[in-house]
Amino acid sequence: MGFKLKIEKFDEYLENLRREYKVYAPVKLQGKGTFADTDTIRYEEIKSIKEVEFNLKSDFSPKEIVLPITQTLFYFTQDECIEPKQEEKKILIFLRSCDVHAMKRLDEIYLRNGNEDYYYKVLKDKVKFVLMGCSESFENCFCVSMGSNSTEDYEMYTRIQDNEIYIDCKSEELMNYFKLGKTEEIEVVPEFVLTNEIKVNIPENLDQRVFKSKMWDEYSSRCIACGRCNFVCGTCACFTMQDVFYKDNKNAGERRRVWASCHVDGFSDMAGGHGFREDKKDRMRFKVMHKVYDFKKRAGYHMCIGCGRCDDICPEYISFSNCVNKLNRAMDEVE
Amino acid sequence: MENIYMPFKSKILNIKKHTETDYTFRMEFRGEVKPGQFFEVSIPKFGESPISVSEIGNGYIDLTIRRVGVVTDVIHSFFVGGILFLRGPYGNGFDVNLYKDKEIIVAAGGTGLAPVKGIVDYFAAHPQESKKFNLISGFKSPNDILFKDDLKAWAESINVTLTVDSAEEGYSGNVGLITKYVSGIPVENIEEVQVIVVGPPIMMKFTVAEFIKKGVKEENIWVSYERKMCCGVGKCGHCKIDDTYICLEGPVFNYMEAVHLVD
Repeated sequence: MGFKLKIEKFDEYLENLRREYKVYAPVKLQGKGTFADTDTIRYEEIKSIKEVEFNLKSDFSPKEIVLPITQTLFYFTQDECIEPKQEEKKILIFLRSCDVHAMKRLDEIYLRNGNEDYYYKVLKDKVKFVLMGCSESFENCFCVSMGSNSTEDYEMYTRIQDNEIYIDCKSEELMNYFKLGKTEEIEVVPEFVLTNEIKVNIPENLDQRVFKSKMWDEYSSRCIACGRCNFVCGTCACFTMQDVFYKDNKNAGERRRVWASCHVDGFSDMAGGHGFREDKKDRMRFKVMHKVYDFKKRAGYHMCIGCGRCDDICPEYISFSNCVNKLNRAMDEVE
Repeated sequence: MENIYMPFKSKILNIKKHTETDYTFRMEFRGEVKPGQFFEVSIPKFGESPISVSEIGNGYIDLTIRRVGVVTDVIHSFFVGGILFLRGPYGNGFDVNLYKDKEIIVAAGGTGLAPVKGIVDYFAAHPQESKKFNLISGFKSPNDILFKDDLKAWAESINVTLTVDSAEEGYSGNVGLITKYVSGIPVENIEEVQVIVVGPPIMMKFTVAEFIKKGVKEENIWVSYERKMCCGVGKCGHCKIDDTYICLEGPVFNYMEAVHLVD
């Protein structure tokens, strides 16, 4: 049902909701940006709708809520493996259409590629989406090209206008928290962008022959293998296992998984030192092909959602969307 | 809901030291395993490593582990009666039935003998189930030779060519790369002979090329790949090549498929 509320009123409901839900949304962190006097927008737990950054694109995606940067899998005491206690609260995430699509990609890997991942499933089963619309395209976005500019997969939609919040709530369970009484029902339609300045065109004949193209060469020197593009990506899902013991007590420790990046040195290194894709152009090729070619062969749809965060963050101004567009000429080159 | 990362405890039944750096751990295990499959072997607080099964027996599996990293360093300090943590078996492994009643050639480079050893064990114990079985096993030097007792025992029922890349003067055995011995292996039916090649990437590349030169059909060549694997279950992404997860669809591949796996 569609309705509107004063922002202060919504916060009262949010307080009720927070007894059973952890509520996450993109929040502007003042002064926490890469450079002096710059801000960053990241996902944080919120107490008030006023904290939510509706007007800008978040630098990081919401993936860290269901796939924490560092996640403890076991606690070890002597030779016992103990699973960490599960969070009891349910999870509500404010996110945009592209990020809803990104979550589907994470599901593909963690729930459908081989057996279900226990830790991911426990968290993901608790999640409900609150859609934030996009009244216009942000810089570097190409969601329309990737088909992720609109979605039906959300429980609630919210938009803020003139100190009021417009809501379309599709979930009966969430409606119960509002205890509305007499409220006028209005039509609230999500805002989706229908065009972006940047468009990408993935060649239909794309295949492994493109590995031989010269287009990759420039990335050998331009990419500095920092991995930021992977970490801000809503669909990058790789991790590395890490065992640690505690400094104070070597008999106790834990096994964790931490985010991994296919651009960073060591990603493919095996014990003994042998690794693959030593050259950075091969890492770029590996990532790009995963996002717009080989993931689709398994899942039936492209991995990239066109959020453009990789372009936003790259310190070397490498543009993923430009690279994808270059694939067209590269295929002509190798054919 | 099953936690796919939960390891189980397995007791070390025996430790065989092949060289200074290569030990085979006989681990307590009951369950289905195929040659070429692997386990994630771990020591809590140190880490996990993917290790392929080198022998499958009643109530046990063998894991041949080279000391090359943090985890394997610690594993080598363990004693009989100690406990290792395992998850698995993972991967597709070799299907023995594919090779029955055929001529078979196995070429194994160094520790590459471990994942394919189950196949050799099977046909050495059942020589009537293959038309002819040839093993070419190569190591760096005489000091690096693994499974010496097995190599001797196999020679009773199958043809074994043992070679080393280089040796000190006075060494009486074969010296030379595996590729040197490929052309000399007698083959009755080149159209049907099945070839398994396992070893370091560079060895596999040149050995496969040599077999193709010999006239072996590409679809009759099998390889096993080694990659970094953190999960073994298709999640961590380290072993992916194109749309193939080595841990799920491999590590054993028909060459027709493997030739398209470009890292």
